[in-house]
Amino acid sequence: MAAWLLRRLVAALAIVFAVVTLVFFAIHLAPGTPFLPTGDRPLDPSVEAGLKARFGLDRPLGAQYVSYLDALAHGDLGESFSQQRPVSMALKEAVPNTVVLAATALALELLLGLAIGAVQAAYAGRRLDTLLTHTTLFFYSLPTFWLGLVLLLVFGQELHWFPIGGVIDPVLHQALSPAGRLLDRLRHLALPALTLGLVGAAGTARFQRAALLEALSQGFVKTARAKGLTETRVLVAHALRNALLPAITLMGLALPFLLTGSVVVETVFAWPGMGKLAADAVLSRDYPVMTATTLAAATLVVAGSLLADVLYAVADPRVGRERPR
Amino acid sequence: MTAVPLVPPAVVLGAVVLGVGLLERRARGPAARRFFGSPAAALGLGLLLFFGLLALLAPLVAPYRPAAQIDIVGLQNRPPSWHYLLGTDLFGRDVFSRLVYGGRVSLGIGILATLVSVSLGGAVGAAAGYFRRATDAVLMRLVDVGLAVPKIFIVLVAVALGRPLTPVPLALLLGLTGWFATSRLVRAEVLSLREREFVEAARALGARPWRVIARHVLPGAAAVLVVSAALSVANMMLLEAGLSFIGAGVQPPVASWGNMIADARDVLATAPWTSLFPGLAITGVVLALHAVSDGLREALDPQARRGPPASVAGERS
Repeated sequence: MAAWLLRRLVAALAIVFAVVTLVFFAIHLAPGTPFLPTGDRPLDPSVEAGLKARFGLDRPLGAQYVSYLDALAHGDLGESFSQQRPVSMALKEAVPNTVVLAATALALELLLGLAIGAVQAAYAGRRLDTLLTHTTLFFYSLPTFWLGLVLLLVFGQELHWFPIGGVIDPVLHQALSPAGRLLDRLRHLALPALTLGLVGAAGTARFQRAALLEALSQGFVKTARAKGLTETRVLVAHALRNALLPAITLMGLALPFLLTGSVVVETVFAWPGMGKLAADAVLSRDYPVMTATTLAAATLVVAGSLLADVLYAVADPRVGRERPR
Repeated sequence: MTAVPLVPPAVVLGAVVLGVGLLERRARGPAARRFFGSPAAALGLGLLLFFGLLALLAPLVAPYRPAAQIDIVGLQNRPPSWHYLLGTDLFGRDVFSRLVYGGRVSLGIGILATLVSVSLGGAVGAAAGYFRRATDAVLMRLVDVGLAVPKIFIVLVAVALGRPLTPVPLALLLGLTGWFATSRLVRAEVLSLREREFVEAARALGARPWRVIARHVLPGAAAVLVVSAALSVANMMLLEAGLSFIGAGVQPPVASWGNMIADARDVLATAPWTSLFPGLAITGVVLALHAVSDGLREALDPQARRGPPASVAGERS
């Protein structure tokens, strides 16, 4: 088990390292310059040379790569072209916001998705199951940003139940009591988390329904039924436990979706997270920020799938004994 | 007379209903019968044909050019009417015409990107599964790396590096960065196919590896490829829409369903039809692709019905 864990860890680190390297060379070998003129006139060559020297872009590529890795190892992600401050500072502000949003969405996705999947499996083939199958497929097909806009229009602009963007109320937040501040944060979190969570829950439910039906068709369920257990108990205590294993895998897979979704959903809700940082960086061609957000996203995904693997190994003792990859 | 813009889409709809009905009646083989046995799949096919034909026949169907500002002062944000079926947008353009032309761009990008990603994913998956050993190890580690970065970030880096992309390079980029999941599915399929006797027979006859793969192994993986292609079109379209929405995809004035929603964002409350219809179009096509893909899977590979729906196995954006 320890050796298996170590191997997975080394593989995870290798993947992150490969992503860093690929992104670095893709950016530096690509044609064109990061420095665009702000007005109509082309950029003065001496100004461009000065900028290149300032950001170290005039040195040989190999040397740049080595110093980039060295800086990275010391937690230095470079300086943002457009924000005039270290990238790590921008990232430090953005990552917690994205993690809060993604974690809430993930919780919603799993709870709602597993519950719907269980109900569907219990009513398999009946009208409720069919209805839920169609509903979940519909939600799974929605573009996340458009669902966000619709929720924003209905619950934000028309009903005024929730604020229309941001993490906190910019004016009132400081004046609120601690409980009031928490409530303020939760009210801001509700719509973006719901947007991501609903689409994700639809996917989880589709997956979970199939996994449960698969588990229900197996021998141990027949045994449980033969023992005279109630159908609810068979479903919850026997089938669901076994069908949770695929759900752990699903959790690992959900992370890329949540991060991708966060790019557009954060833009819709003006949520100052990694996704919005990345989207804004593209439009201003701020590529130290681009590199850093890509790297952070890759690290989160790899960490998520590693965590899923470990949870899987804990839940299913057969994993890690054999099956060396 | 006032209802003239309604005639072409109505004709297309009629033709599609008739066509699908005919196909359904003519369905003879067991696979086709299984496909049409599911109402969702038949409905999905109809919806796809409807949107596909509208896009293909855009110049005949759309009453205006997509970027034409019919009357920029008098026709801003008009609600749907007989003359402007889906209303007009902030710039006085006919939303229906833009939707029809935008369909060309959005569907086209989805299809082209999928052609690239399925060919690449198929080739890589087949090579990894067939040759195994070092080839497999190297290729699959590459796939691990590719899967580790959420696709939208790779695409964003690429967009940040170059000028804003026109639709064709954008589609190629989506395809080149979107084959990882497909290659895994194909590899798994090939791993089991390569041990079958007909493959061994082909090898014993002296066929070269790539000939064995192309003529004997890949046809066996065709079901997986077709199903994952249908889903891939859906995922690519969602990704394109998201990219265009944040301004990194298809650039105005070219219409795509994603950038139509982006344009409509500022008038969300005052002119909801400008964002409602492109959103419904994307949802409808994606929904139809999922239904068709599930139908295809049951039709082509009835034994696989037990596993999770194919639509979850792919990566959604």
